[in-house]
Amino acid sequence: MDELDRKIINVLQSGFPLSREPYAEVAAQMGITETELITRLQCLLDNKTLSRFGPMYDAQKMGGSFSLVAIKVPEEDFDAVAEVVNSYSEVAHNYQRDHKFNMWYVIATETPGQIAEVNREIEQRIGLKVFNFPKLAEYFVGLQLPV
Amino acid sequence: MSFVMATSPVKQASESGHNIHLDDIDRKIIQATQSGLALVSRPYDDIAKDIGISADEVIMRMHNMQQYGIIRRIAAVPNHYALGYKANAMTVWDVPDDRIDELGKRVGALEFVSHCYHRPRYLPGWRYNLFAMVHAHTREEALELVSRIAGLLGEDCRGHDVLFSTRILKKTGMRLIS
Repeated sequence: MDELDRKIINVLQSGFPLSREPYAEVAAQMGITETELITRLQCLLDNKTLSRFGPMYDAQKMGGSFSLVAIKVPEEDFDAVAEVVNSYSEVAHNYQRDHKFNMWYVIATETPGQIAEVNREIEQRIGLKVFNFPKLAEYFVGLQLPV
Repeated sequence: MSFVMATSPVKQASESGHNIHLDDIDRKIIQATQSGLALVSRPYDDIAKDIGISADEVIMRMHNMQQYGIIRRIAAVPNHYALGYKANAMTVWDVPDDRIDELGKRVGALEFVSHCYHRPRYLPGWRYNLFAMVHAHTREEALELVSRIAGLLGEDCRGHDVLFSTRILKKTGMRLIS
């Protein structure tokens, strides 16, 4: 990653225009060509420096439902439980954390009722209590990491 | 380490509850862009052609979705790990319920906090009601950030914990509309 890559990441983290030729517009501001911007951006996505580029939708405002869920999993059962939890397409992210609540997953469904349904099914299959942590209020979402 | 403040309108706590009505054309635009914006000279023209409307209409509808917060931002999302932010901590705090909205907004406004939410307690096993994600290069640096949050909360902090992620078990993009 060189200086220009860094500059592209920093500029594009802060936003992107809704105009007919948005890449040309941003490239011009940066003093590079549209082709150079597009090529670099493709490369940063291909090598996973960027995880995505485009509009970020707030799924909750679109009617979807989300929750964060935690389980206290005995160490010896961890991988087997992870396999069950991960098998659900509704489970978008799942992280191991160093705490007695050691498994934390994010579940996304089209309706609020489905969250409880999937959690109940997981609970029955793994024989452990799942703790649902729906958001009661959102104070902030978003971060820009300067590189 | 310095951070750039995000300037998106979601900086404030969102008004909970009501969803904005999306029609079929909006849904097609979402479908076409949910996994990313095309890396071509006129990306909105391409979407317009596929849907059978004008590029100006695509731009206008996406602009409206941005106004209503359905689109948080159009931007590049960096991969924390690839950029060296390897210490990702979920910090959790026990603060008075009647003060949480004010405190949550202040913690969320800290430049190193990426997500900040009020979530339920499960007493007696889980006393924490305020969740804030922080990202740092090292655990040491993350713990410094944790102490800054503790300082901000002052005596409203009745207890806290820090849960570092040790393994990503699953990470898929969410399909909003299939």
